[in-house]
Amino acid sequence: MSAISSELSAELPPEGGPAEPDLPAGTGPYRLAWRRLRRNRVSMFFGLVFLLIVILCLLAPVYAQDIAHMGPNAGSPTTQITIGGKTEFVTNSVGVPIGPTWNFSKYFLGADSLGRNEAVRLLYGGRSSLEIGVVAMLITMVLGTVLGLLAGFYRGVTDGLISRVSDVIWSFPVVILGIALATVINVQGLGPLHSTTLMTTAVVIGFVYIPYVVRPVRAQVLGLREREFVDAARQQGLSGPRIMFSELLPNLSSTLVVFVPLILANAILLEAGLSYLGAGVQPPNASWGTMLEQGLQLFPGGFSTVLVPGVMLVLTVMSVNIFGDGLRDALDPRSKVAR
Amino acid sequence: MARFVIRRLITMVLMLIVISFVTFLLFIVALPGGNPAALIAGRLATPAEVHLISVRYGFDKPIWVQYVRTMANLFDGSAYSYQEGFNVMGAITRGAPATLSLSIGAGVFWLLSSIGLGTLAAVRSGRYTDRVLTVLSMVGVSMPPFLLGAVLIYYVSYKAGVLPINGYISFTVSPWQWFRHLIGPWITLSVLFIGFYSRVLRGSILDAQGEDYVRTARAKGLSERRVLVRHILRMSLLPIISLWGLDIAQVIGGGAILTESVWGLHGIGQLAFNAIGAFDTVTLLAIVLLTAICVVVMSALVDILYAVLDPRIRLG
Repeated sequence: MSAISSELSAELPPEGGPAEPDLPAGTGPYRLAWRRLRRNRVSMFFGLVFLLIVILCLLAPVYAQDIAHMGPNAGSPTTQITIGGKTEFVTNSVGVPIGPTWNFSKYFLGADSLGRNEAVRLLYGGRSSLEIGVVAMLITMVLGTVLGLLAGFYRGVTDGLISRVSDVIWSFPVVILGIALATVINVQGLGPLHSTTLMTTAVVIGFVYIPYVVRPVRAQVLGLREREFVDAARQQGLSGPRIMFSELLPNLSSTLVVFVPLILANAILLEAGLSYLGAGVQPPNASWGTMLEQGLQLFPGGFSTVLVPGVMLVLTVMSVNIFGDGLRDALDPRSKVAR
Repeated sequence: MARFVIRRLITMVLMLIVISFVTFLLFIVALPGGNPAALIAGRLATPAEVHLISVRYGFDKPIWVQYVRTMANLFDGSAYSYQEGFNVMGAITRGAPATLSLSIGAGVFWLLSSIGLGTLAAVRSGRYTDRVLTVLSMVGVSMPPFLLGAVLIYYVSYKAGVLPINGYISFTVSPWQWFRHLIGPWITLSVLFIGFYSRVLRGSILDAQGEDYVRTARAKGLSERRVLVRHILRMSLLPIISLWGLDIAQVIGGGAILTESVWGLHGIGQLAFNAIGAFDTVTLLAIVLLTAICVVVMSALVDILYAVLDPRIRLG
């Protein structure tokens, strides 16, 4: 997972990219990037796939009420359904649930071990997973950027403190750190956080990824702070915070934009990992991770309950990753330069 | 050079002390009720009994005294888990063979495959092979290890019967069974890293194409192959190797918990996981220290490798 860091270490600041020949002079770097992104069909396609998944998950209550007619926690192993004139229980005598019926209104993707509707749970679970992913990503981005700015701009003691703490967090496997924090918070509670809210998982995940943003931001700020425009700002008597947020921050934006999908993808993956180990989302809340965990308990029976959330999870994370990859290429001023 | 090494060593030791103290504090403070004695005594103990245990184990002493004692016990191998009663060093030594076999085997596998695939993608940049490899690496980095493990176990082990379902067989018992039992875990652990590393390597090879030293090498009339292997690859491997050092260290220190858990390897990751669940401070502290030591040692090794690969560092 040291992953994320180096991916961006080679990132160049956005300015100075050679304009593409067929464009009027003075086209801004972001318009250029948007043009390049639009031309990248694969990235755009997966961006749309992700958008579609988000919309589907947001529509979970609609599907539950109007089509499936059951909520995410409704149903029991003895619920009966009728398909093609044949009536059967949603789980068989040894507790293995039925697989997909491909009938939108009746257990479209089959049942889980407790006889709940897998399709409904998939959408509700997606909502949790995406919500956790987004909140965690925001926490990481905001705190990581602020800390990186502080460390790079003030240097000295501030930098030493922030960098050493990041080093310490950085040296631990994210999963182990995540489990440890989640366990402590689930047992002791921390302010409004306790075992029944999704936000506990989001905060834990958001926290463990902070160093992955702090490091590259700090490195870039260290370079930027020596530049003329920062000198000019200082000469004008701007305060430190003002320089950081209105002079330096805009210059970091292309790096930060690239981090968003990267952290989001990893946060969704880590949620699944933590939930699989029982340290993430707590039942009966559904998330893709908890659904996978419950599906694996039946192993090797009822493998559809593993495949359903698994395919969805991989598809979502992959869409985010591919879109993010395209975004990085588009923002890289060197791309599309002869080569 | 000697001064650099000494300074690094001192920083390492300081960092180890800080890390272990923070962990110690976190888990003592976070214990339900805040008192390990209550945990040892059990639910039905009277306050007097809890107090007795407190005094006997030294939980009534100041925190730093407790810390020093625990650390001393860890290092002379006489630390016992308060909750489970096992010898902590013993537990780690029992888990270590599985974790080391898993991490070193997988580490070599993922490093070599990503060098191969990353180079191939860079050489064929923009062509069909490159696109296929890009898609594959994207699937790889999007796959949670436990899901990949479950899919492998279901289709390859359970349905096809090609691999064992789970468990770890010691190398000394049967090298062949050891190998067979580790194929699945190796693949499970490696895929994510291969996906990521090969992308990084591809990027850094492409970046190096425009460097002066590459132009010089070409201008000297070296063959394309020699330019690639001796000049480009040599430099482009640097970021991969520093990633590798940290990742391997983390995997040894329990980072492979997902793989270990799904394949039932009962290694250090599993031990760490159980220790967290039981608020077993001592065991956890030992594992945290192990990870930290691995990280520190690996990063030192990476620095040396850097010097070997990059003449500018060696001569400078």
